Amino acid sequence: MTSSENFVHPYIPNSVPSVRQAMLEEIGAASIEDFYADIPAGIRLHRPLDLPAPLRSEAELTRHMEELLARNTSTRQVLSFLGSGCYQHHVPAVVDEVVNRSEFLTAYAGEPYEDHGRFQALWEYQSMMAELLDVEVVNVPVYDGFQAAGTALRMAGRVTGRRRVLVATAIDADKLSRIRDYVRPDHDVTVVPVDPETGSADLDALHQELAAGDTAAVYADAPSALGIVDSSLPRLAELAHGAGALYVVGCNPLTLGVLAPPSAYGADIACGDIQPLGIHQSFGGGNAGFIATRDEERLVAEYPSRLFGLAPTSVEGEYGFGDVAHERTSFALREEGKEWVGTAAALHGIGAGVYLALMGPRGMREIGDTILAHTAYARQCLAQVPGIEVPYGDALHFADFTVRYTGGRTAAEIRADLKERGIYGSVPTGEHEAAFCVTEVHSKADIDRLAAALEEIVK
Amino acid sequence: MTAHHAPAPVSPEDARIAPKPRLRRFQQASWDEKLIFELGSPGERGVLVPAPDPSIAPVEIPPTLRRAAPPALPEMSQQQVLRHYLRLSQENLGADLNIDVGQGTCTMKYSPKVNDQFVRDPRIAALHPLQDEDTVQGVLGIIHSLELLLKEISGMDRVSLQPAAGSAAIYTNVAMIRAYFAARGELEQRDEVITTIFSHPSNAACAKTAGFKVITLHPDADGYPDIEALKAAVGPRTAALLITNPEDTGIYNPRIEEFVRIVHEAGGLCSYDQANANGILGITRAREAGFDLCHFNLHKTFSTPHACGGPAAGACAVREELAPYLPRPTVEFDGERYRLDDDRPESIGKMRPFYGVVPNLVRAYAWIMSLGAEGLRSAAETAVLNNNYLLHKVRQIPGVSVPYAQGRPRVEQVRYSWQKLHEDTGLHSEDIGLRAADFGTHYWTSHHPYLVPEPMTLEPTESYTRDDLDEYAAILAEIAREAYESPDTVRTAPHRSTIHRVRPETLDDPATWAVSWRAYRRKILGGAAR
Amino acid sequence: MVNPVAGLGGRVGLGGTDGQERRHRALALGARPLAGERAAAALRELRELRAGPGAGAGAGALGGAVAGPGGGRPGAEPEVVTAAGAMGADSVAAAGLTARVVYAPGAEDETSAEDTLAAVRAVVAEGVDLLLLAGGDGTARDVLTALGGAHCPVLGVPTGVKMHSAVFGVSPRAAGEVAAAWLARSGSVRLRDAEVMDRDEDELRAGRVASRLYGWLPVPDVPVRVQQRKTGSTAGAPEAVGGIAAEVAERVGDGLLALGPGSTTRAVAAALGADVSLTGVDVLALRPGRPAEVVLRDAGEDALLAAGPCWIALSPIGGQGFLLGRGNQQISPRVLRAAGGRERLLVVCTEQKLASLGGRPLLLDTGDEALDAELAGHLPVITGRRRTSLYRLTT
Repeated sequence: MTSSENFVHPYIPNSVPSVRQAMLEEIGAASIEDFYADIPAGIRLHRPLDLPAPLRSEAELTRHMEELLARNTSTRQVLSFLGSGCYQHHVPAVVDEVVNRSEFLTAYAGEPYEDHGRFQALWEYQSMMAELLDVEVVNVPVYDGFQAAGTALRMAGRVTGRRRVLVATAIDADKLSRIRDYVRPDHDVTVVPVDPETGSADLDALHQELAAGDTAAVYADAPSALGIVDSSLPRLAELAHGAGALYVVGCNPLTLGVLAPPSAYGADIACGDIQPLGIHQSFGGGNAGFIATRDEERLVAEYPSRLFGLAPTSVEGEYGFGDVAHERTSFALREEGKEWVGTAAALHGIGAGVYLALMGPRGMREIGDTILAHTAYARQCLAQVPGIEVPYGDALHFADFTVRYTGGRTAAEIRADLKERGIYGSVPTGEHEAAFCVTEVHSKADIDRLAAALEEIVK
Repeated sequence: MTAHHAPAPVSPEDARIAPKPRLRRFQQASWDEKLIFELGSPGERGVLVPAPDPSIAPVEIPPTLRRAAPPALPEMSQQQVLRHYLRLSQENLGADLNIDVGQGTCTMKYSPKVNDQFVRDPRIAALHPLQDEDTVQGVLGIIHSLELLLKEISGMDRVSLQPAAGSAAIYTNVAMIRAYFAARGELEQRDEVITTIFSHPSNAACAKTAGFKVITLHPDADGYPDIEALKAAVGPRTAALLITNPEDTGIYNPRIEEFVRIVHEAGGLCSYDQANANGILGITRAREAGFDLCHFNLHKTFSTPHACGGPAAGACAVREELAPYLPRPTVEFDGERYRLDDDRPESIGKMRPFYGVVPNLVRAYAWIMSLGAEGLRSAAETAVLNNNYLLHKVRQIPGVSVPYAQGRPRVEQVRYSWQKLHEDTGLHSEDIGLRAADFGTHYWTSHHPYLVPEPMTLEPTESYTRDDLDEYAAILAEIAREAYESPDTVRTAPHRSTIHRVRPETLDDPATWAVSWRAYRRKILGGAAR
Repeated sequence: MVNPVAGLGGRVGLGGTDGQERRHRALALGARPLAGERAAAALRELRELRAGPGAGAGAGALGGAVAGPGGGRPGAEPEVVTAAGAMGADSVAAAGLTARVVYAPGAEDETSAEDTLAAVRAVVAEGVDLLLLAGGDGTARDVLTALGGAHCPVLGVPTGVKMHSAVFGVSPRAAGEVAAAWLARSGSVRLRDAEVMDRDEDELRAGRVASRLYGWLPVPDVPVRVQQRKTGSTAGAPEAVGGIAAEVAERVGDGLLALGPGSTTRAVAAALGADVSLTGVDVLALRPGRPAEVVLRDAGEDALLAAGPCWIALSPIGGQGFLLGRGNQQISPRVLRAAGGRERLLVVCTEQKLASLGGRPLLLDTGDEALDAELAGHLPVITGRRRTSLYRLTT
């Protein structure tokens, strides 16, 4: 029984009845049902799926989707101060032009011959990230920064053969949840609370935790969940290494035009999210993760993800690409549970590469300086609003920062009032605490407008 | 310009164009494009950045945190960057351009262009995930509706669209299985997960990553999962069966219900890897086969583009008993308004920073809505028709065999073997695949280890015309003919691709592998380029 | 190094061609010698690959064989030394190569095992990089005898009827391909120790068909390097020996482990920190967190029984799947029962090696039918850390 007898759809060329019939005749089959002979009647669905009537034409579909999109108000239509892991930066037009090329958008798992372009673009992404991070090895992107952190910590665990992971800086609760879940079979995660006054790592407490031994890795975020780039980041490296642990640092790559890369202050593994590098927010759908290390065999051996390498071809002087350390896991002495490689986020790597090539060293320095200056200015402005305290004094902040409301109103109420004024911001981080974020897309006038609005609301 | 002579009259014969050859004289672009680090000049800019208002003071960075030297990124003008990447794109074979039936198990179907337009709209692309729910009712509605659609398509009770891809979805299902047994106090006891060697390797890898021991079943002589092996494997330690059906051989396991029953009787859960769901949409579902959980790859079955290997999107669907463990937040609807529910104490937590790969959820939603129930069924039936048509064509090619389940139809794909051709000519399946690049297409062999020797896995999907399938089979037949008549042509392929055969030795040697430009300069150029 | 009569028996239903009488009968029945043709096919493949694009630099001296000092240029023809006529030179010529003949048999049409032994010794004395042997199990055994422990990489061109030995390429051309890769010394080629198996004549006389393990020969191991990677593929195709060792160590804990012969078990021992022989059964003492210690080397049945309760780790013979009763007879029914039977038996094998059995079951033949019946069925094969494959074991 063929239920879709007379349903010819633009996406399904051979749904034309005469074509189907001719094909069946050529195969020598009576009907399409013949091909389902191995599916027993007992587990068949003996009715049509109960789905909405199809929007058959492109025009009807577009109209339906427009109705849905109209129920969203984007950050282009209002003034947004939202960050906390997804950032509003300018996406250069050339980035979109490249990632929307159908040769890239619709390709998948071709060889380094017919897909030479993909391999070169991703190798160049790895290379530009390596320059930014001052290392020699960066992977093809993984799902997101959470996954990158989880994998980086498991790598550290496999290298050291130890169990404990210590988190030394303020960490996003969702990120912590993801890391905990991911490393659970092999590792316990201990968060060493930061100094509530400075928002920075509590070195004495960390020292005590390290003294208990069995530490695989000390983990820090730069900037941390509070937006702080901790001045003791280099000191954490000394403590970790003194205890025989690896130092793993999650960083925002957009800071690295002006801030020292983690490798410069002793990180063995750097990881993070490349969404800030020219990838749209897309309601949180634009994340992708990176992992970076020195070119040491013991570290390279532990990457579960793909690493593209440049190699000569059979033609003198011609280069191509391939997977590095193909039998990578055979170097590993410790087989305590490798992870997996799957379809992840390659196209975001290509896009981030285009972004870095457009920005160049000067663009990266300027955007870093601009965001640092805007963040400092926004913290100053908001600190002057009666009923707002801006904690953590003069700690260096990048993009994200937190405020405390002392006037009795909750962060959620203030967020709602801001929204009424066409401003997105004040993501609650506690009942009377909230996060804001500024980037290069904001102007001084935008920040002044936020401060003025808060002045009316906070009280 | 004035003509002094009237041109001689042209007969219709003179103006006739020669018919196209049976096989294309394909030639892939080869731009000899330099590496990006060899382009540009110091001082060039590709894009400018806003400077802070002059009244805003610059920030002093503590010396230990300040970058010492600027990153050695390329310095290029805008069009130069664009041209470089457009040339690279031309050196890449996308599914839109080729008859992409050769990436078996990947379900390369047409990704409708109109769906791409929706996700480029700022009302998707410029949405922040922490906006107030009132301002994102449209996108929450799309996510929720897609969950309902997949609920019906799977027959399950609840769906989560958070996983980033297929493997992430498998991992999410395993994490839920772990949470389920932990809640029942059985996790200590139930530490084994069973899968089959032909199921996608991520089933074993994710289970192992989640801390389970993995037991793999090998097929019986006909290529079906071995039910006797399953009976020997189950017991009080069994947490779950993770199984693909049909497997990448294209064979549907007709005893799947029995497999599920055996595992259930032992107290385990059954999770259905539906990466190969395309041929059975609307025909049979996870629910009817008795499964407790399943997952879909939206980039396969529901048409979102593969993007060189992601971003993709995954969906998990579970029975009610497992719903408490779904990733948080879930999207809820009270008949008026959509909201995010983060208050789910038993949840396995977040699988991703936010709510999933939203652009691909939008695309998948639009694709299902444009087809409806009848269209999905047509897609499945046509994909299976196309597959069996291609099987009919390919099995006639000298040197090809179709191992296992002789005389049985295949569902969505087929794993062929070039073993005979290899024995006759010494050429490998990889050689044939590389020669295919010279005809503007390609194919994938198989996951490892190769149980089918010299494998080739083809999956035509519903997107291709009969002519496309004829052409693809003709290409394979031509390469097989070459293999027997001039094997060197095949052995040294590709010839008309962007580059020639890569010599892989350097990629396996720590002294010479080069994962980045700076590693290449240090190891290969020996500082010559500095 | 061609055994001209290898494979003669196949087409006329005589089994192998060991022994003069059977050979005469085969020829009388109209059998045609194929060994020379097959050897030539392998050599042609080798020559084409050496001449073709991408042929690596490196010398080759083929003994019987290939290769030698000299070469070094990409595309250089391998230097070949061989025995006269049908014992090699004919095949070399048919493949369009030239060879130096270093041995001539007494009678061209009546070569014997003695000729094989003498030819192998003459060829190996030339210092070859690789000894190509064209023949079957019997020929492989002769080479083993001739080498007498001397180290020389060997590769079999399959021409015989019964090839239970793991020294042969899957086809003549595949053997040529492996030889070319080995001579080019491309980075990824290593040597593996491969089993030499042959029919057990004693058993045959008693009316039972059984094969026996005679020893190991070093064979080039060319992993197929596949670029393609897609969703779900793990990184690379790991030789999971490290993982297997970790799994074995955990299961044994603090205790004794008897290791059967073979390359997988030896690699497991190495990963545990002990160096054991390839051919014998050794007993290790395992202690968590410490390197394993060898407490018994080359143990026989009595020594194993005296050692006290121990775990037993075995690996199937590559390509044909024998697990018990071939080459590890020391692990006798008595030893197996004393150890505790199935519960204490650890079967170790990489997934790649299991896949290479092509779906054939693992085999056992302990000589004790009751025990065989007890052990048969689906049994877990340790393929890595916390990974097992359930695989069928039959008599």
